[in-house]
Amino acid sequence: MKLLKTLAAASLVLLAVPAFAAEGQKDAKDISYSFEGPFGTFDKGQLQRGYKVYKEVCSACHAMHLLSFRNLSDHGGPGFTEEQVKALAATFTVKDGPGEDGEMFDRPGLPSDRFPSPFPNDQAAKNANGGALPPDLSLITKSRAGWYGTFNQLVNGIGGPEYVYSVLTGFEQPPPEIAKEAVEGKHYNPYFASGHWMGMAPPLTDGQVTFDDGAPDKVDDMARDVSAFLAWAAEPKMEERKSMGFATIIYLAIFAVLLYLVKQRVWAKVEH
Amino acid sequence: MGGHSNYQPKSAAEKWLHERLPIVELVKSSALDFPTPKNLNYWWTFGGILALMLVVQIITGIVLVMHYTPQAELAFNSVEHIMRDVNYGWLLRYMHANGASMFFIAVYIHIFRGMYYGSYKAPREVLWIIGVLIYLVMMATAFMGYVLPWGQMSFWGAKVITNLFSAIPFVGEAVTTWLWGGYAVDNPTLNRFFSLHYLLPFVLAGLVGLHIWALHVPGNNNPTGVSVKSGQDTVPFHPYYTMKDSFAIVVFLIFFGLFLFFSPNYLGHAINYQPADPLVTPAHIVPEWYYLPFYAILRAIPDKLGGVVAMFGSILILFALPWLDTSKVRSGTYRPLYKVFFWFFVLTCIALGYLGSKPPEGAYVWWSRFFTIYYFVHFLVILPLLGLLETPKPLPSSISDDVLAKKKPALPQGQAQPAE
Repeated sequence: MKLLKTLAAASLVLLAVPAFAAEGQKDAKDISYSFEGPFGTFDKGQLQRGYKVYKEVCSACHAMHLLSFRNLSDHGGPGFTEEQVKALAATFTVKDGPGEDGEMFDRPGLPSDRFPSPFPNDQAAKNANGGALPPDLSLITKSRAGWYGTFNQLVNGIGGPEYVYSVLTGFEQPPPEIAKEAVEGKHYNPYFASGHWMGMAPPLTDGQVTFDDGAPDKVDDMARDVSAFLAWAAEPKMEERKSMGFATIIYLAIFAVLLYLVKQRVWAKVEH
Repeated sequence: MGGHSNYQPKSAAEKWLHERLPIVELVKSSALDFPTPKNLNYWWTFGGILALMLVVQIITGIVLVMHYTPQAELAFNSVEHIMRDVNYGWLLRYMHANGASMFFIAVYIHIFRGMYYGSYKAPREVLWIIGVLIYLVMMATAFMGYVLPWGQMSFWGAKVITNLFSAIPFVGEAVTTWLWGGYAVDNPTLNRFFSLHYLLPFVLAGLVGLHIWALHVPGNNNPTGVSVKSGQDTVPFHPYYTMKDSFAIVVFLIFFGLFLFFSPNYLGHAINYQPADPLVTPAHIVPEWYYLPFYAILRAIPDKLGGVVAMFGSILILFALPWLDTSKVRSGTYRPLYKVFFWFFVLTCIALGYLGSKPPEGAYVWWSRFFTIYYFVHFLVILPLLGLLETPKPLPSSISDDVLAKKKPALPQGQAQPAE
């Protein structure tokens, strides 16, 4: 059909979205997640394990300031109960105030609190991390692409969670010609988006976090779990979006068929 | 707009209103009874689709503003507040962001349709010019809207585009400072872009009103390009085109929904989920996909001022299109050579879009130059000459004749089809 052919040609324009990789960045490893595809949902157990990895490892340096503890019991998330969230919020110390005496004071966290940041400001964070700023992780899986290319991203997604996984599992010995450029206190990681040398040391070691459900705790497993957790943190309404999308498309498809039949009937007596 | 209706007020109340404000008659004559050529194809449905998209953008935009904070320190987080805490905020924002892309997809199809069928030719020049104005205002609106989330690409995109004005001789620097409201892209820039982004859609709505008015004076063009000769050639807009347009709109909404619900960030840039940082330049600064052909033209010219002139020229030249095309025949269907060059032109625009997404180096630059030159040659050389050199196919005597000719089998019954 001419119309279809032409639409396909026109869609090439639409698909010509920018396709760039930072200089020499290696494509992320395309591992699979339970939340991929139009019907994919988060694996609650995996998100809970990922939360534990964030809490015990990442949160030492990385903030996640767009999330509140209460989000952990939100529908479509890790599925903690409200009691669990209360208990888990209380394990954090939150600065509050000023109190009646005009001074700030520390208190245990409440579900309504945001996740506290590990450093009081960016300067303090840089100072403690050899000049590199550990990025906030609230949106990390949406603000990074695992790979590029117009069609590649249309088919395989943008690859943000895969990027996080690949960086966490991607530390390696630099090839000799790159090793010469080694920077004191930096670590070689070919998946890293801004150059090969990362301020962060390999953060995970096998068996570092013990999971309550007895799930495997190799670096690879923890990287999968925490990247899935961060994917939820960046897009907490994903399940609601997909299920609403499914219902909407079905509704519109039926509506379109009905309208087409009406249109045919209206036009039946007119030569056109 | 009137004159197509035999509206007679029935009740006393209707009569009372009609004598004071004949609005019912206006609606009836311009939206219901309006005689419309009966042979319009689906390419003609994009006008209705565009009207709907403007309404979608205005409604979602108005609600988003209820939750958004136009302040450099707060804007990024207020958008995330919409995504996370506002009821269905994620839906509103994704509708608005993807809606902009859908708006441009529809407008590009609408423009190319006008070009193929010669809808810009007499007596529809003013209709076309208002259309180009709408397109310009759309581009400005979308550009300023993309700045509002104050992410990395918002900030750096704003910086690159506003910097273009510094190429203007003598007053360039002053103009840029004036646009920014300071010496850098900062809070004042965000505030004025927000103000204008809220204002311009209503300007658009006004221009769309004029566009429709200018459409209703000569009436619709049609795939044959032959003017309406008699009532035989037309059908009333309702129910014929209200039903056909509604069907097309719903199909378009399904296409919209696939992006909105299943790939809402595909058409954007990942890096715009990182808050604006004036100290960190992204590796590649690229505009949204719908500006890419013009971005390619901008970068094809080795001189900054020259690039800016070529870029704006490539849009402004559309205003002159009705006079650059010297052919008296409207529809490309009856113009064997124009038809070929039309598709070359579409390809050129797609190629420029692709090149605009690539870094300006090596072969990409040379191809950008080639297609930029061809873009202007199409308007300035090919179109004026074609009208003089081309022999058009014979035109049907009327729309009805054309419709009937197509219904009849091309060969008499029983005669063998010629072998391929």
